[in-house]
Amino acid sequence: MTIDSARGAPSTGADDASGTPEASPELIQLLTPEGERVEHPDYPLDLTPDEVRGLYRDLVMVRRFDMEAVALTRQGELGLWASLLGQEAAQIGSGRALGERDMVFPTYREHGVAWTRGLDPLKVLAMFRGLSNCGWDPAEHNFHLYTVVIGSQTLHATGYAMGVQRDGVLGTDKAAATIAYFGDGATSQGDVNESFVFASVFNAPIVFFCQNNQWAISEPLEKQSRIPLYRRAQGFGFPGLRVDGNDVFACLAVTRKALEAARSGQGPMLIEAFTYRMGAHTTTDDPTRYRLEAELEAWKLKDPIERVKAYLVRNDLADTEFFDEIDAEAKQYAADLRRRCLELPDPEPMAIFQDIYAEPHALISEEQAQFAAYLESFETEGSGS
Amino acid sequence: MSTDVLTLGKALNEGLRRALEDDPKVLVMGEDVGKLGGVFRVTDGLQKDFGEDRVIDTPLAESGIVGTAIGLALRGYRPIVEIQFDGFVFPAADQIITQLAKMRLRSQGAIKLPVVIRIPCGGGIGAVEHHSESPEVYFTHTAGLRVVACSNPADAYAMIQQSVRCDDPVIFFEPKRRYWDKAPVDRSGEWLPLDRARVVNPGSDVTVLAYGPMVKTCLEAASAALEEDRSLEVIDLRSLNPLDIDTVLESVRRTGRCVVVHEAPVFSGYGAELAARISEKCFYHLEAPVLRVGGFSTPYPANRLEEHYLPDLDRVLDAVDRVMEW
Repeated sequence: MTIDSARGAPSTGADDASGTPEASPELIQLLTPEGERVEHPDYPLDLTPDEVRGLYRDLVMVRRFDMEAVALTRQGELGLWASLLGQEAAQIGSGRALGERDMVFPTYREHGVAWTRGLDPLKVLAMFRGLSNCGWDPAEHNFHLYTVVIGSQTLHATGYAMGVQRDGVLGTDKAAATIAYFGDGATSQGDVNESFVFASVFNAPIVFFCQNNQWAISEPLEKQSRIPLYRRAQGFGFPGLRVDGNDVFACLAVTRKALEAARSGQGPMLIEAFTYRMGAHTTTDDPTRYRLEAELEAWKLKDPIERVKAYLVRNDLADTEFFDEIDAEAKQYAADLRRRCLELPDPEPMAIFQDIYAEPHALISEEQAQFAAYLESFETEGSGS
Repeated sequence: MSTDVLTLGKALNEGLRRALEDDPKVLVMGEDVGKLGGVFRVTDGLQKDFGEDRVIDTPLAESGIVGTAIGLALRGYRPIVEIQFDGFVFPAADQIITQLAKMRLRSQGAIKLPVVIRIPCGGGIGAVEHHSESPEVYFTHTAGLRVVACSNPADAYAMIQQSVRCDDPVIFFEPKRRYWDKAPVDRSGEWLPLDRARVVNPGSDVTVLAYGPMVKTCLEAASAALEEDRSLEVIDLRSLNPLDIDTVLESVRRTGRCVVVHEAPVFSGYGAELAARISEKCFYHLEAPVLRVGGFSTPYPANRLEEHYLPDLDRVLDAVDRVMEW
């Protein structure tokens, strides 16, 4: 993509959708892959050394958590895992931009965002271990349930934002923004497009955070779009922008500003975090069947963690001892999670009948009693009576 | 007791008005529900009195309407969604079946989804295609949803308010060809629970089970049958999920004969579930198999043919004859 085509009239061709972000002035970046801080006139960001070290710790911890989950899956302890490898900055940057009252609507890959909200990762592991169909209280950390069907949660997020609007809190200190996570593949879904329509016409306080990781399982971005995804927003009547999704500083600054705008009643915004899915779609996927190793190698050079490390070293903000400490903490954290995961008990059979309805339901009660009696009949046989 | 004669449509309108008055968290949303008052005028005047933030004209996107209603419920609201016609509910099927029905379970009981989805259903009004369907079993087959169908103005008034107060999602079927039927409405608030069936015509020879638009047809059949000295006990099921099976079984054990009537196709229809349950629980009481009267296993026909497709008084009586003569 040339500078002219990026700034000028809508350009043509599939190349434009994925493009090469470095060459494009469209891409908001505050930290280069080499760890060099760059300023952007619209996104000033002042972080204390502690805050930068904190972000580095976040990134390392969630990557280590993710790695452990992949290992647990390989060992048969989880049924499946959707790895966030490569997307840590997009998730930590946007997650750390959130205020306490803001509400998150994740996909099934937002383990990094979950970390920033303080959700016990064991609950996520329990879901992928097959112990629950999710199983947390969204209100506890303002972090909604993982959504498995692609794009459905964007409508829930929009409705929630319409609720915030009706509460009359926008522009006050009780204001809350909503953030909906989704991927590049989801942008083809009707629900995502409908959520753009609803959010736009109701001017709902929502940030649409699209992690464009270039691949929807085996389908590259050009199967979803002929224009860069962030430009879709314009057609719906709200702003869209593209941020370097591997740059935790830029993701933080851009999301923070979008959330503030939403809270103050300025309506929705689309953020396209341009990143890359370094791993497989899930542990059952085999990316060697559809993508080239060279692409992966190119993206390795843009690693979200290495650039923060380089920045810390370059600016004398951290020494070897610091990095060793974080690594040791991450190792310990992963070992602890593994132990706790393996200790998770299987649910009781009667759990099948729980929590389906809020009010009594005759059919559920009837089948529950029948199944309990059936199970009991084996116990009676077993006891020899 | 305060009673008034209202049409079914007006009874719903007043029920919705009460619900909006009783709880500031109640919202009405859908296509054309505002200024127009809905294509059947069921929401007439509500936006004028409760404002655009509570009676919401939405974009024309059914999945979007139900999906955002879920989000509003998560924020503490109690949305009442109008799907304009039965055949338009399918774009919202994913949000209803995959999201709305399962979200409470997915949260292990942490959240409630008090969303009511109103669907005008059934045929008999000479409409174009997709405007006369009976999609109830898609929803009765989905755990997590409650499915109810009103058949008369009094129930319409009560059941819509009971549905709004219910903490579970409720699919609320309205018999569109009965919108203009008039009957007294009881405003006392002392109503039959939402999940209970009602014997609407006591009888002793045959139990006739119906819901929604077919209740009236079955009541007419009961009057006609009397002329031949046949006594039909007509039960309005009202709630399809859960089903008030006890009321049904008590009746069938007395009569020994049962006919089920609905507009939806017979094959894999709601009557199949009733017939199976009755056979299992009343096997030794039955004098004849449970017979089903319903639509054919065809798409709903063009409206010049609908009178042949829809069960009517004669088809109900034909089935009654067959169970009597078995």
